[in-house]
Amino acid sequence: MTAEAKKAPPKSYIEDGHTLRSWFFSTDHKGIAVLYLVSITLFFFVGGAAATLIRLELLSPNGFILSNDAYNRLFTIHGVIMVWFFLIPSIPNTFGNFLIPIMIGAKDLAFPKLNLASWWIFVFAGCFVIAALLIGGVDTGWTFYAPFSTMFSNGYVIPAVVGVFISGFSTILTGLNFIVTVHRLRAPGMTWFRLPLFVWSIYATSLVMVLATPVLATTLLLIFAERVFGLGFFDPQLGGDPVLYQHMFWFYSHPAVYIMVLPAFAVMSELMTAFSKKHIFGYKVIAFSSLAIAGLGFLVWGHHMFVAGESVYVGLVFSVLSFTIAVPSAIKVFNWTATMRKGYVSFDAPMLFALGFIGLFVIGGLTGLFVAATGLDVHLTRTYFVIAHFHFIMVGGTVSCYFGALHFWWPKMTGRMYPEMPGRIVALLIFFGFMLTFMPQFILGWLGMPRRYHLYPPEFQVLNVLSSAGASILAVAYTAPLFYLAWSLFYGKRAGLNPWGAAGLEWMIPSPPPRENFETVPVVTWEAYPYPLEPQPVAKEDGR
Amino acid sequence: MSDALPAVHEQFQAPGQQLEADRLGLWVFLASEAMLFGAVFFALTVYHLIHPAAMHAATSRLDLVTGVIGTAVLLTSSTTMALAVKAAREGRRTEALIVLVGTVLLGLAFEAIKVHDWFDEYDQGLYPPMGPPFPLPQPAARLYFHLYFVSTGLHAVHLAVGILLVAGVAASLLSNRMKLPERTVTVEMVGLYWQFVDIVWIFLFPTLYLVSR
Amino acid sequence: MPSRLAFVGVWLVLLALLGISMAVTLLELGPWHAALNMILAAASAVLVVWFDMHLRESSGILKLFATGTIIFLLIMFSFGLADWPTR
Repeated sequence: MTAEAKKAPPKSYIEDGHTLRSWFFSTDHKGIAVLYLVSITLFFFVGGAAATLIRLELLSPNGFILSNDAYNRLFTIHGVIMVWFFLIPSIPNTFGNFLIPIMIGAKDLAFPKLNLASWWIFVFAGCFVIAALLIGGVDTGWTFYAPFSTMFSNGYVIPAVVGVFISGFSTILTGLNFIVTVHRLRAPGMTWFRLPLFVWSIYATSLVMVLATPVLATTLLLIFAERVFGLGFFDPQLGGDPVLYQHMFWFYSHPAVYIMVLPAFAVMSELMTAFSKKHIFGYKVIAFSSLAIAGLGFLVWGHHMFVAGESVYVGLVFSVLSFTIAVPSAIKVFNWTATMRKGYVSFDAPMLFALGFIGLFVIGGLTGLFVAATGLDVHLTRTYFVIAHFHFIMVGGTVSCYFGALHFWWPKMTGRMYPEMPGRIVALLIFFGFMLTFMPQFILGWLGMPRRYHLYPPEFQVLNVLSSAGASILAVAYTAPLFYLAWSLFYGKRAGLNPWGAAGLEWMIPSPPPRENFETVPVVTWEAYPYPLEPQPVAKEDGR
Repeated sequence: MSDALPAVHEQFQAPGQQLEADRLGLWVFLASEAMLFGAVFFALTVYHLIHPAAMHAATSRLDLVTGVIGTAVLLTSSTTMALAVKAAREGRRTEALIVLVGTVLLGLAFEAIKVHDWFDEYDQGLYPPMGPPFPLPQPAARLYFHLYFVSTGLHAVHLAVGILLVAGVAASLLSNRMKLPERTVTVEMVGLYWQFVDIVWIFLFPTLYLVSR
Repeated sequence: MPSRLAFVGVWLVLLALLGISMAVTLLELGPWHAALNMILAAASAVLVVWFDMHLRESSGILKLFATGTIIFLLIMFSFGLADWPTR
């Protein structure tokens, strides 16, 4: 596209074109990352609005604003949008897209056109889901369990299923692109064990994306064919088994949990080293634990079905394997905390998000062991305990890291610093607001309040009001960055090459990076995280 | 993909690197496709296991003769495709063209056989939601035919895409828009996809026609 | 790269495997024929992957991805199918 070169300084990717066309049809991985950032932010607020209404409704035990049906549609759309249109693309498609080529010293992903195509596919898929929402919604829950979804639901299952089906192709193509890029485009000297751990973790995520997502595609295809053509697959009257649906669905959806959380691990390794100014503790162990989680993640899906009619013996095997997957996850947490030991720890906003992640992820992980135990799960499954558990992992874990990443790489993506104090306040608000929202839900679940009901006994009201109060704090905390980050685009302090004094190829090129990332192909002669850094040519505007 | 330039895209530093990236990308795609069909096979296998009598009754209604012929046709097309890749690598344009056209014809023959089968089965009432009344008493036999139509349909759609791709390659060879052996990679990629779709049928044939017979 | 004759040889073996598979089915070996049919199918698939798809001459990483996928399919089948017989 750019024929002329050799003009110093090179134009940044943002200044590369000023038309809408240059954004929507550019194959530059950085521009596509920004497209994803904007589109998933929109979806985040749609899903968040549904969550707000849900929490508002649950203020009262009698259901004072919504009908039963409207409530069912709200939690379904909350789940569908948050899972497939926010969490799955969140970190990989924005920060992965932006950073992976830079971190490995490449000019772009291996298949830039495919990368652009996957964004367009994503948006196309999103249209179906938004259409399903606008014409009346879906009442099946995000899991689309058969036979309810195929035979009884009167919601708009078809457009929702089509939307999720199509979004899967976007996920698969992105994963494929990352895998090939990491294998084939590493700069000279960038060996596997010199890769930043971000890359390892996103690579592990991509493997799961490529191998698990097609199973969801088939499962949704069967739902579609059953609803549209009347071809029963899970119909008990024909001898079909609804548990088969759950096997197929969770064969995808449990690994999908790791699609959502492995990228958070990716961000953690970067944040902990950058703000401790120290080499990561146990590089290879963290790298291999990412792969172990990706692999083991395929061996535990049956723990979603302990009470669904699955065989007890198979349940036992899945239970044991679910316990083992806690091991690599715990290894990572210990290594991150050990990284801080004797480091020069600073508490900028991204680090506060990272520390918040550790607190919330540990609680989420440990309560995961409760529900992985077959006996205890009989009591806890389908209660608010499960809701709290996976929100601790998905929201407390992944969304915290997403915001940590957003603040950490914001200066690199935009060339401007965000205002530090609001960033720190938001990080703290998210942590405490989150605890207030979901801690009461553990107690509610333990006491037996089932999920997916908006009517509940009056004695649960105090805990529900506490939870909703926490949700209101979260609503403010999640909205605030929209304003101060937008402000910083125009008035933020200019960021130099390396405002954090962090290691990594992305901090050696201008902020925002030029279209080609590197003027010459870098030759890597150092290990990852070479702290303490040799004095670098630090940008002059920055006093750090 | 099909333009004649052996040029290296800007994100690569060498043609070899680009070739290896294309190959790896295609294999990763095939891995994904394998999981897609894997889930279909999983559902089929489960119902073979839990409803053996109904599956036996349903399987016996299929036409084994056209099934075997179709399988032989696809096995042959896998070979012609392999020969096309060999000819392309070694720069023999005419030979490549002949085997590619042969591959397209074999693919079309398979599709014709399959469409014939479907009409035949429809006439016998074996398409449960529509047409003449379903002839078998066991309800689970309907499950079998539901999965039969979805799995053969999904395979036929994949094969149709393959036919279009191979025909496209043949057309650009014929019009000299594609140079060999420079653009071997395109023939190779299309070939890998084609043979993958053949492998799906290699498993689909015994699963649908043989194991419960 | 194998000669043209080699590919034709592979083709003949594939057709032979198909023939054996048919014979096994028509001989009514009881439950054994199902297992044999699937083994013969797997053998044909391996031939196609190894020769026709040129995996034999491909780099190690491609071989790794091809075999890796089979492992994930085996996970799906072994863990999934274990459910019904043990209920």
